[in-house]
Amino acid sequence: MRFMDEYRSEADARKLLDAIERLVSRPWTIMEICGGQTHTLIKTGIDRMLPDAVTLVHGPGCPVCVTPLEMIDRAIAIARQPGVLFTSFGDMLRVPGSRTDLLSVKAGGGDVRIVYSPLDALKLAQRNPDRQVVFFAVGFETTAPGNAMAVWQARELGVRNFSVLCSHVLVPPAMEAILGSGENTVQSFLAAGHVCTVMGYREYEPIAERYRVPIVVTGFEPLDLLQGIYMALKSLEEGRWGVENQYSRSVTRDGNVAAQRLMGQVFETCDRPWRGIGLIPRSGYRLRPEFRDWDAEARFAVEGVQAQESPLCIAGQILRGTKKPHECGAFASLCTPEHPLGAPMVSSEGACAAYYQYHRARV
Amino acid sequence: MEPVRFGLQCPIPISDYPSVTLAHGGGGRLTQMLIERMLVPAFSNPALEALHDGAVLSLPMGWGGPVGADLRVGADLRVGADLRVGADLRVGADLRVRPGPSDLPRLAFTTDSYVVTPRFFPGGDIGSLAVHGTVNDLAMCGARPFALSAGFILEEGLPMEELWRVVQSMQAAAQGVGVPVVTGDTKVVDRGRGDGIYINTAGIGLIPPGVEISPQRAQPGDVVLLSGAIGAHGVAIMSVREGLAFETTLKSDSAPLHELVARVLDATGERLHVLRDPTRGGVASALNEIAAQARVGIRLFETQIPVWDEVRGACEILGLDPLYVANEGKCLAIVAPDAADAALAALRAHPLGKEAAIIGEVVADPPGVVTMRSRIGGWRIVDMLSGEQLPRIC
Repeated sequence: MRFMDEYRSEADARKLLDAIERLVSRPWTIMEICGGQTHTLIKTGIDRMLPDAVTLVHGPGCPVCVTPLEMIDRAIAIARQPGVLFTSFGDMLRVPGSRTDLLSVKAGGGDVRIVYSPLDALKLAQRNPDRQVVFFAVGFETTAPGNAMAVWQARELGVRNFSVLCSHVLVPPAMEAILGSGENTVQSFLAAGHVCTVMGYREYEPIAERYRVPIVVTGFEPLDLLQGIYMALKSLEEGRWGVENQYSRSVTRDGNVAAQRLMGQVFETCDRPWRGIGLIPRSGYRLRPEFRDWDAEARFAVEGVQAQESPLCIAGQILRGTKKPHECGAFASLCTPEHPLGAPMVSSEGACAAYYQYHRARV
Repeated sequence: MEPVRFGLQCPIPISDYPSVTLAHGGGGRLTQMLIERMLVPAFSNPALEALHDGAVLSLPMGWGGPVGADLRVGADLRVGADLRVGADLRVGADLRVRPGPSDLPRLAFTTDSYVVTPRFFPGGDIGSLAVHGTVNDLAMCGARPFALSAGFILEEGLPMEELWRVVQSMQAAAQGVGVPVVTGDTKVVDRGRGDGIYINTAGIGLIPPGVEISPQRAQPGDVVLLSGAIGAHGVAIMSVREGLAFETTLKSDSAPLHELVARVLDATGERLHVLRDPTRGGVASALNEIAAQARVGIRLFETQIPVWDEVRGACEILGLDPLYVANEGKCLAIVAPDAADAALAALRAHPLGKEAAIIGEVVADPPGVVTMRSRIGGWRIVDMLSGEQLPRIC
């Protein structure tokens, strides 16, 4: 199949692996930011095909994983209210809140539906004028333009029974939080290709300079990742830093300017707690005050809902890259995809779920 | 016989799942938990515990003669009426699973309920599916389908025209298979208490002497075959679901597999060890079940698993893995190594098996685990689906 098979060729993968083998002279630690990248690495076995000297740590780029617990609890509180039609991307439904998850709310009679686009949620609102339709707007810069567009259109069309529960997060502040932490071991990043498709990579240049790290904007196919890893290692071996673009078939330095303009009109940056990591200043988006009428937190008065994490879960260390999933005492015993203690065990992009699915026993 | 004792406590702890979730019906690990922890212990008996697609029952002594011979010929309704299966089995109650190939014909008995949404989908509808699905469950026991039952749960308000279309479709499917619907039931529930139409079908079939197909027979060295390209049914259904509609020319692969299975049986005989139709939960879940039941490992080769481009493309966009997507007209066959070529040739000679392929092998270690060599040469576990496959965020 075109545009897929070219990036999954075993012969080309072998060539890149051989080149990496020849290149590496000492141990290096690289973090892939995005959970989609983590899953490709684990699913195709790349992490085990690399030389031992190369350590991959898995980054915080799983929107489901970092959405704070209190936001999940707020979503659940809203979804339980009579007359509410709660919509979400599929991934979010299984994430455990303090006591339950959205799938269980659905099982208990709540009207919780999976949508593929926030615009579909908006259409549901138009078709059900007597219902309150709420969309759970989570994700990184990748999903922000679509969510911004839904709110924008709701205002343009005067759809009053639509609102979003907004919990957007941004990549660059999280990278700085990781690099600035005393326990950091990451020497280079594979930046998330689809985030950069929207945002470009200008904003990564000062980070690369300040912390002297190579950052490679990388795609999601096996060969993208191998090439991104090769580029990162080459910079590390040569003592260089800066931003390079492996994913040039999708990413430009400026990104999608029209999308950025819309996001700027609808959202403003705010401090945001990340599940497992804690508060990161200016790391999130919230709706601008002029869109308050479409803000579900205000409409349903759930701002006060607070929450408590499981003390056994080390999701924070996983998401910061200081521990790997199998180093957690609860991994695959107390914490499984059926009974997740933390979000990384749930999502199709979560590192714990990737390890559980693809690596649990020795293969 | 000691009566089954029910404990005070639900075997699936209330704290875990106070109510049934959709994932309990998804064909993955939660479905397995529901079956293994609640249903099997409750109804405990050897035929059930074999956890096959259908129960394999030895007929009471003396049935292997002329009656059995008649049964083998096929759908002879007069014989079927004479059988009075339920009554005789209650009396006979010979539920022992005979070890090794039996020299007498045995009965296969299965049931399945159909709740598919939407009722009409590209390549089929709930009626044809209800026939094919149950026929295939019988075929996976190595049985020739013999007779079906049909139970309808209808919702008040269902247009009569739709019911008629479904019934006609069932009739056509049953006629195509050459298996009669010999008994049935209808119930109507209040508007809002059902989803238009649910169908349950049960089927009985006859397993010829010498045929012994069961998941436990998979052994190291065996070869795993797949009868064709996977994922068409699941993707075709998703393409017409509300809120998810996308354009595709893909049709469900819903089809009866009994003839295909008969060809493979003719070609391989006792060397055919396991058959399984990878319906909900897909190929991955079916192979995980077999690996667990036979306590063997299964190794797959990603590049050898046939997947059409339409299915691959849709799965890439939706964030699904075709290995977990449902099929309704495919079967997995596990055969002794010296029967692999014959099985493959027999599959490919049938119109429903043209794209059949050898996709893997049975190994000793690690037991209960399915692994796969990825397209680029790495290895990974192919786990059982946990819950439903959910579309991803980005």
